[in-house]
Amino acid sequence: MLGGLYAMFALGLAVSVGVLRFINVAHGDMIVLISFIFLSLTETVGLPLIIAIPMLLPIGALIGWVLQRGLFQKAADGNEMQIILVTFGLSVVIQNALQGIYGADTQKVTAGGIELQSIHVTDTLNIGVLPLMVFVTAIVMIFVLEQFLYRTRIGTMIRAIADDPSAARLVGLSSTKLFAVAMVVVGITVGIAGGYMAIWTNFDPTSGPSRLLIAFEVVVLAGLGSFWGVLAGGIIIAAAQTIGATYDSAFQVLGGHIVFLLIFLVRPQGLFPKS
Amino acid sequence: MTTPVMQLQKLDVFYGHFHAVHGIDMDCDAGEIVSVIGANGAGKSSVMKAIMGQVGRTQGQVLLDGKDIKNLRTPERIKQGVALVPEGRRLFPSLSVEENLNIGLYTARPGGIGLQDVFDIFPVLKDRRAQRASQLSGGQQQMVAIGRALLMNPRIVLFDEISLGLAPLIVKDIYKILPKLSAKGLGVVVVEQDISRSLAVADRFYCLLEGRVTLSGRPADFTREDVANSYFGMDH
Repeated sequence: MLGGLYAMFALGLAVSVGVLRFINVAHGDMIVLISFIFLSLTETVGLPLIIAIPMLLPIGALIGWVLQRGLFQKAADGNEMQIILVTFGLSVVIQNALQGIYGADTQKVTAGGIELQSIHVTDTLNIGVLPLMVFVTAIVMIFVLEQFLYRTRIGTMIRAIADDPSAARLVGLSSTKLFAVAMVVVGITVGIAGGYMAIWTNFDPTSGPSRLLIAFEVVVLAGLGSFWGVLAGGIIIAAAQTIGATYDSAFQVLGGHIVFLLIFLVRPQGLFPKS
Repeated sequence: MTTPVMQLQKLDVFYGHFHAVHGIDMDCDAGEIVSVIGANGAGKSSVMKAIMGQVGRTQGQVLLDGKDIKNLRTPERIKQGVALVPEGRRLFPSLSVEENLNIGLYTARPGGIGLQDVFDIFPVLKDRRAQRASQLSGGQQQMVAIGRALLMNPRIVLFDEISLGLAPLIVKDIYKILPKLSAKGLGVVVVEQDISRSLAVADRFYCLLEGRVTLSGRPADFTREDVANSYFGMDH
């Protein structure tokens, strides 16, 4: 079930890497930023969850659009290194801004007990409502993303640009507009992931890089062939962490990394590579 | 006298400080096949890119129906009625044949033909519509590239290095399509290194050497030797 959350972290990054062709080092920080915005909406503004949660989607979309048009588009005109450095800088800016505004304390959004509710399946098996919601949401997100990229006109055009940007220019596709759309999609996934993360786990202004690391491992494990691979990658990392934790809580995070490295050594192209 | 569909007037193309094309005049009428020949580096592709709006700096005019399109961006130029079949075909390898063709529809000048019309011209593509473009042979890829350009509903189609990398038999087939296009009233501009094949089909030709037109006119008005001399830049 945790795999669903990890898949959510990674989906936006998979779009960044696979479609926009750059590694967004600030991806984890964008998720954390959304979590803090969620915190402010519920605790400072006092909005009920039912109103605050849907607001995260347009907020995420807006962040994606502004970043693409204001920053990434300009940086993409340079070489590949430049845009990575720009996102690295953005990561530092977001972390420091969050620390400046919220302080360094660990935070969490309380969701009125939904975190604690579970469905009784058998005497030994209970499924938490929140993890189930996360997992189902991840599946829906992947389904919608696949439909968007493979069944719509704009999705086809975005994939064409991802395939060959200069050929796309020759046939009159505007990468400026289409990349902005793709980044809006990334922003929406970040909005959803940040919302769920805020309820599920504790977070602080410097949580971003560890989220990025998980997202990155999931994307590399998955390969760039299919978004369903992202879900598989998320489940594998989450399972490895859970198994690691049963030996020693210190092995939780390490377990994920070790399994990632092992699979990476055997299958560097990922489990579902782009053919 | 009617205005040619496409006219280039005193066109210069620069790459940084390098002056690649020097004040070229060129035109193409509706229903006409115009051949642009020249050796490697003569500036043929630069002229095509300048027409599409894909080179950094140009001077002079690019007229479509008498209207200067030089300051328009590529998508707007396509909407005005120019389409390119690029050198090397430049399909999107992970997209299916049908998706590649659809890209032409998405960027088209309104009111053109549909997918079925392309399948009528190239029946083999209909059977392979769901395949990835990367799985096609070179000739089939060229058919998709041509189909994609036709779906843009152009008035002028530019073929850049039309036969490069294709087997001779395939080239023959591809060349058979050109008169059919011009018969429908399209202006056809063909960039080619193979002199004899290209002149055989052309109504008029331009020979380029080092970014300048060294010879132009009707193929019948010149001997093979005349053309070869201006192609290679040899003095009489």
